[in-house]
Amino acid sequence: MIVTPQSMHFDAPLPLQSGALLRDYNLSYETYGMLNTSRSNAVLICHALNASHHVAGVYAGQDKSEGWWHNMIGPGKPLDTNKFFVIGVNNLGSCFGSTGPMHAHPDTGKIYGADFPVVTVEDWVNAQARLLDALGIETLAAVMGGSLGGMQTLSWTLQYPSRVRHAVVIASAPNLTAENIAFNEVARRAITTDPDFHGGHFYAHGTVPKRGLRIARMIGHITYLSDDVMNEKFGRKLIAASQSAQERDYFYSTLEAEFQIEGYLRYQGDKFAEYFDANTYLLITRALDYFDPARAFGGNLSLALARATAKFLLVSFTTDWRFAPKRSREIVKALLDNQRDVSYAEINAPHGHDAFLLDDPRYTSVVRSYFESMEVTA
Amino acid sequence: MSDPHLMHALAQLVPEGARVLDLGCGDGAMLAHLKTSRRCTGYGIEIDDANVLACVKRGVNVIQLNLDEGLSMFEDASFDVVLQIDTLQHLRNAEVMLRETVRVGRVGIVAFPNFAHWPNRLSVLQGRMPVTKRLPYQWFDTPNIRVGTHADLGVLAARNGLTVQDSFGLQNGQVVRLLPNLLAGTSVYKLAR
Repeated sequence: MIVTPQSMHFDAPLPLQSGALLRDYNLSYETYGMLNTSRSNAVLICHALNASHHVAGVYAGQDKSEGWWHNMIGPGKPLDTNKFFVIGVNNLGSCFGSTGPMHAHPDTGKIYGADFPVVTVEDWVNAQARLLDALGIETLAAVMGGSLGGMQTLSWTLQYPSRVRHAVVIASAPNLTAENIAFNEVARRAITTDPDFHGGHFYAHGTVPKRGLRIARMIGHITYLSDDVMNEKFGRKLIAASQSAQERDYFYSTLEAEFQIEGYLRYQGDKFAEYFDANTYLLITRALDYFDPARAFGGNLSLALARATAKFLLVSFTTDWRFAPKRSREIVKALLDNQRDVSYAEINAPHGHDAFLLDDPRYTSVVRSYFESMEVTA
Repeated sequence: MSDPHLMHALAQLVPEGARVLDLGCGDGAMLAHLKTSRRCTGYGIEIDDANVLACVKRGVNVIQLNLDEGLSMFEDASFDVVLQIDTLQHLRNAEVMLRETVRVGRVGIVAFPNFAHWPNRLSVLQGRMPVTKRLPYQWFDTPNIRVGTHADLGVLAARNGLTVQDSFGLQNGQVVRLLPNLLAGTSVYKLAR
């Protein structure tokens, strides 16, 4: 499936939850499949921390440019684009095309940098709703997302209950725990204390706080995996052992990467620092921290979810300790308390939080069946 | 639950339009039947991946949960009826779950294989554990870890202060009210707090 990214400009200012106003902005997006005549088969995909609007398919002439959820979405895939019209949209503040901190403020012409307004999950959903308005889509057959994308999905059912028929919330949570915020804070401190960060205005200094980004990614990566899968993949294996890893002697160095897990994390960190924007990392982790729909209801999630009328499918993974199954069960319980239609699959998968991007047949077949059983008029 | 006779007989006990929680709902056949024939709504609880998938395929609400972890997710009296059909005999915490059933449901309907059914007694008298259509497992590979009788459940209900609104046996889809402990392969209890 060859796809082409698109961009839409919005003139009307977007009021943000913080009280700030985003005067005008662009949203990058992609679509897959055909919108049917009754406009009833649209599915919105919400992305997580480091992903984008490029959800499925490949770009022309770039065979390896698969979208981040290409195993889930496409012709004949669990979310079948022969049946559904699927929309991927890049969130505000991101670094993949939609208006973000590396763009110029329309009034001053200066790069936003650290001055880009703090955006929340709710702000993203409002922006996504405007994109749907522009595309002529009133009601979504479904919204789907994993992790932070699952938070947006949940928020859709609260902000625009009448526009969402189904919500597919995967490996997500109704808010972050203190431990989760703590991980985000370590990542942010790594970035903001990097001398190349320059208070967020590093573009003007011609620097990139790569050291901070690398550490942030390494920390994140550890939390996306499980102890078991890390042991299975790396164990105590040493780097650069051509024969058996056990045969090589230690380097007896504190600076060199000795174990394969170290090399892996360094590689992931280096790769990430090449393409990801430091301000975006701060903004997106903050959006995660702030999301808490129960807050306005004295912490009562059941009261908060009373507005939601969509039918829900939730999926969690047993070894996911960043967005643990019990957090998904909190959402399930709140939906049960409101007598909403909800199904919940708890997949016994070894891969930690990353499992939501992988191909476990128990997971993909539940998602496939859920979308297959969804009725869509012509 | 694979036996359609049992399913239809038990469905008769569920009021029209009831909110139903089906503990150990299997492939969701009972809930689907209750939805179409009696306009019921509700959820199934299942632990098995294949059954969860089967429920999703049918469009039956299913929550993947280990019943041995209890029903803390559910509020008191949040369902009109809680079904426990051929589930009790698989649970380690059978007694707790019996109480949970009538805490969460205004009415609990419990059905399970009656080990005092006469062919089973005959088998044990001959010195062998029963293997029948209703109890198809050998003693060494049976998932039925709680082996009880129709009479036993009555005693357990009384011990937990539960009200027995009705109890009877089922055999070949027929209600057995005469000597159910002897003449029925399935025991049925309708319980309340």
